[in-house]
Amino acid sequence: MSKEAPIDRAAVLHVAKLARLTVSDAEADALTRDMQSILAYVKKLDELDVAKVPATSHAVHLETLLRPDEPRPCMPLEKVIANSPERIGDGFGVPKIIE
Amino acid sequence: MDLANLSAHELADQLKSGKVSSVEATSACLQRLEKTAGLGAYLHVDANGAKKQAAEADARRAKKQSAGPLDGVPIALKDIFLTEGLPTTCASRILEGFVAPYDGTAVRKLKEAGTVLLGKLNMDEFAMGSSNEHSGYLPAKNPWDATRVPGGSSGGSAVAVAAGSCFATLGTDTGGSIRQPAALTGIVGLKPTYGRVSRYGVIAFASSLDQVGPMTKDVTDCANMLQAIAGHDPRDSTSSTEKVPSYTETLEKGVQGLKVGVPKEYFIDGMDPEVRASVDAALESYKKLGATLVDVSLPHTDYGIAVYYLVATAEASSNLARFDGVRYGKRVDPGKGLLDMYLETRGKGFGPEVKRRIMLGTYALSAGYYDAYYVKAQKVRTLVAQDFKEAFAKCDVIVTPTTPTPAFKLGENTGDPIKMYLADVFTVAVNLAGLPGLSLPCGFSKSGLPIGMQVLGRPFDEATILRTARAFEREHDFSARRAIS
Repeated sequence: MSKEAPIDRAAVLHVAKLARLTVSDAEADALTRDMQSILAYVKKLDELDVAKVPATSHAVHLETLLRPDEPRPCMPLEKVIANSPERIGDGFGVPKIIE
Repeated sequence: MDLANLSAHELADQLKSGKVSSVEATSACLQRLEKTAGLGAYLHVDANGAKKQAAEADARRAKKQSAGPLDGVPIALKDIFLTEGLPTTCASRILEGFVAPYDGTAVRKLKEAGTVLLGKLNMDEFAMGSSNEHSGYLPAKNPWDATRVPGGSSGGSAVAVAAGSCFATLGTDTGGSIRQPAALTGIVGLKPTYGRVSRYGVIAFASSLDQVGPMTKDVTDCANMLQAIAGHDPRDSTSSTEKVPSYTETLEKGVQGLKVGVPKEYFIDGMDPEVRASVDAALESYKKLGATLVDVSLPHTDYGIAVYYLVATAEASSNLARFDGVRYGKRVDPGKGLLDMYLETRGKGFGPEVKRRIMLGTYALSAGYYDAYYVKAQKVRTLVAQDFKEAFAKCDVIVTPTTPTPAFKLGENTGDPIKMYLADVFTVAVNLAGLPGLSLPCGFSKSGLPIGMQVLGRPFDEATILRTARAFEREHDFSARRAIS
């Protein structure tokens, strides 16, 4: 990561779009400043040679556990959609996608 | 004596002997809650539901059908736990008005144990923070000094226990979110081994690090709570099938012959001298109790925060993708199509710290940066975990300070994210390694602020951690002191 230039405002706006977040001008300024300082801080990982170290995604060894394949009732539909911001019949309403 | 000052097991004794009822204990908590409302511990109070459950617990007792040491004990839960029929917001505006459709597994187990649920507790939004100042609703304040933070992210949980507005609670700990607030408020908090407690029905922050654990007034309560919630859950494939031992059976066994590891990397220049003195005194205490102190080294300690803020944010950016305004929570729709609905919903619904972490995580996972940041962090995570493996070859437990300083002032660290992140410098490594760790009070500063020490153990060896903590607690009165009387 040492060769990378520190993140700039344009890159912050690009990442915001990837993350599906609108950010105001003031937020973009603050995020640029904060991310620059955080990314500068995490550069300390460059001090270590980890070329031959395996990556850890989970610290505790886990077997893949499969539960018995038995049919069980699922949550009642009413409960599932009770919290939806927009309900259309028995479904979730969303903005129109296809014109 | 005000019932609200009792520990949960002291209350249980009084319930058992018939001296007090669960209804009385519940109203004592509700009164204390009212008296301490300014501390901001609760986001939602279910007084009527609690009174009803308390009456049911008393009825069970009258019929000699009581469920055990937690039956009739009033508790409250961090608002990250799904609780059927009650609001569950994770202290985020994006979940304002969300009512959970089911109970998480730990919640269900506590209900089966007979506990009375008083309500939902304040926290940093989506468990991201070390001071509770990132709550989307209101900050929580430290009951020992209301100008100071209670720590975070389980800040409301810590405040409720320390102030006596509930007898015990659960928090979640991703990088220190149980132990750090426990230390800053003078209570006991345990982050169990990864996989010891089911995460089903707990709103996910960083799935490889998150773990549920008790926050209680003393070590005995902690053992009882862990006993109630530990174990495999078919609904969480990462929950362990490792057998759950009896945590109470070995609790009073003491530390004679135990090897206590002391890692030099946790006793650093610039740490608060009163914290240092308290932990040093605790180590002396262990020697007197028959333990042997062993020097150990955890050489990658200093890299923990950097690893954590890449791994945790990467996982968070993925987990929080589900908050999109479609199935639940707030929706902001400017009427310009689906993409704009997503952008506005998330842009308006998430607070600044959550956005900062989603952004950082998205960046660390994005094309061109994935190997340089995310994979690199995962590799250093391996080194951090190896440090502990080597250290635990030489000792049975490791004792460290929980935090570098006692509680800091409200507003002191909010302008500087890195300074705030460093509040977790002694707690994050345990999450990265998946190990259990407990914080218990080991002293007070001259200005009256609690100081916490951390007892770390081998995977699934919570029993040894608990008895080590209990051995110290028996000799001192720190856990017995109350912030509010």
